Amino acid sequence: MQITSFRFLLFVAAVLAAYYLIPKKGQWMLLLAVSYCFYLWAGIEYLGFILLTTVSTYAATMAMAANQDKQAKFLEENKETLTREDRKASKVKLKKTNRVYLVGCLVLNFSVLAVCKALLIEPFQTAAAAGTLSFLSIGLPLGISFYMFQSMGYVVDVYRQTTPAERNPFKLALFVSFFPQLIQGPISRFGQIAPTLYAPKKFDGKQLSFGLQRMLWGYFKKLVIADRIAAAVIALRGPEHTGVAFFLLTVFYAVQIYGDFTGGIDITIGLAQTLGIELPENFIRPYFSKNIAEYWRRWHISLGEWMKDYIFYPVSVSKPLLQLSKTARKKWRSFGQRLPVYVASVATWFVTGIWHGLTPNFVLWGMLNCFFIVLSEECVGLYERFHNRFHLKEKKWYGGFEILRMFILMNLIRIVDLFPNVSDYFSRIGSLFTTFNFHILWDGTMLKLGLTELDYIILACGIVLMFVISLIQEKKGSIRALLLQQKPVLRYALIFALLVIVLLMGSYGVGYNASAFIYNAF
Amino acid sequence: METLLQILQDLHPEVDFETEEHLIDNKILNSFDIVTIVAEIDSEFDVAIPAEHLLPKNFNSAKALYALVQKLMDE
Repeated sequence: MQITSFRFLLFVAAVLAAYYLIPKKGQWMLLLAVSYCFYLWAGIEYLGFILLTTVSTYAATMAMAANQDKQAKFLEENKETLTREDRKASKVKLKKTNRVYLVGCLVLNFSVLAVCKALLIEPFQTAAAAGTLSFLSIGLPLGISFYMFQSMGYVVDVYRQTTPAERNPFKLALFVSFFPQLIQGPISRFGQIAPTLYAPKKFDGKQLSFGLQRMLWGYFKKLVIADRIAAAVIALRGPEHTGVAFFLLTVFYAVQIYGDFTGGIDITIGLAQTLGIELPENFIRPYFSKNIAEYWRRWHISLGEWMKDYIFYPVSVSKPLLQLSKTARKKWRSFGQRLPVYVASVATWFVTGIWHGLTPNFVLWGMLNCFFIVLSEECVGLYERFHNRFHLKEKKWYGGFEILRMFILMNLIRIVDLFPNVSDYFSRIGSLFTTFNFHILWDGTMLKLGLTELDYIILACGIVLMFVISLIQEKKGSIRALLLQQKPVLRYALIFALLVIVLLMGSYGVGYNASAFIYNAF
Repeated sequence: METLLQILQDLHPEVDFETEEHLIDNKILNSFDIVTIVAEIDSEFDVAIPAEHLLPKNFNSAKALYALVQKLMDE
């Protein structure tokens, strides 16, 4: 069931009605039941995957919690007699025992994920070679990369004792399977969502209205913008499109993935809000970033945070890397200090790359991101000297230039997603410096990409609207809060206008089923 | 505390670490800085800070960080 389908909206309406009518204590149980219904709707063959993650997560965390309880009891009962060394030894023993459960659970789950992703390599490459690559055709079990990472983060947190283990297996099952998140995240932490996920909720008209407004905005981005421009993105992938056409592809894909992913997240977070559940934000207007590190603090935040806490930090403060740091600092003081950070960055970006897919282009994507992050870190001194000399930062236009520079750089890196054969990617990049076919902009080529003049007008207006809304959010905060301050007539007129635009200008496929979300495939 | 302040000052000479209490919340320290600080502490104090302690609350001020180092030294 696509979340952009009318069937899904009917499903949501039924869930909302039932959710606020039944006794409040049963609300979370209803959510568990509907989450499994939603999952089964995607395909009964995928049920085993989510059950495996749920059961293994529960078993591992309960075993660890039992050991932690036992140790706490032992320490409490013997606090008068135990020495500091005894307490330390007890903690070390606990970590050692629990590490077996932790590693077992991680290996089991990530092996399943790796096998699922590996099985997709061939169909992905075949489809790409045939020019029929479509994210619709990729059959990874629904949401597996998201719910598995979310669950494994929770297992690590319980091992670290930064989150208490959830003792009710059904509550844990809801954390793993909460249906709005199954599509494309965000990858939430247990501590972030547990307080609102299980709490009884009274009907709150404002929350419902805010949630629905956000969903509507998400549908606008997905159906009016992303699904409309998708046709041109597919057309421009063809090998004949080089030079300026390739540059256009990078821009069109930036628009598509922004509308698709942030639109999907708006629907997810908005839907959760209608249920009184608070999910973490996944984007903070990423295309306004001025440097690559800032971009990754604003784009797919939940994945970035996950990678930082569970890969980057543990690797960079591991004993071998601290030793490497010590040795390197003796030789090169400043660079030696940064070396473990760079080694950990390579590991983190490698994992982030293969999270998206096991084909070489995703590894390259990760390494390109890593390269530019490290490069900008190494050039900090150079930038400072440059700016002290030329004072460009004081000029008004310079901020805009930095944003544009970052937008183009990220577009050129991101586009590697679409080229499983990395030599194709490099040859297209090369064409930017050899092929100056600007004539495609006015010789009719643009109208052969699956878009009509009307489509271009709708896209241009839609992109301007997204830009203006983002600008207002950046300067003044929540649009919905601002709308609430307006007269009801104006407020409802604007919301109704957006609804009409989505209904009339949404890019609907056969049977009103819009395209799958790009991030479904990761 | 003096040694710790020196480590922090070397990293960001422009920051007043004695008074600043929102080093993470105000994005003064990033993840690269945190790892560098951990490596320096490991070298200067011979204290390893495990990944589970790399939390904003422990790095928001020099005081909080010093308290963490002392706690880990006592363990």
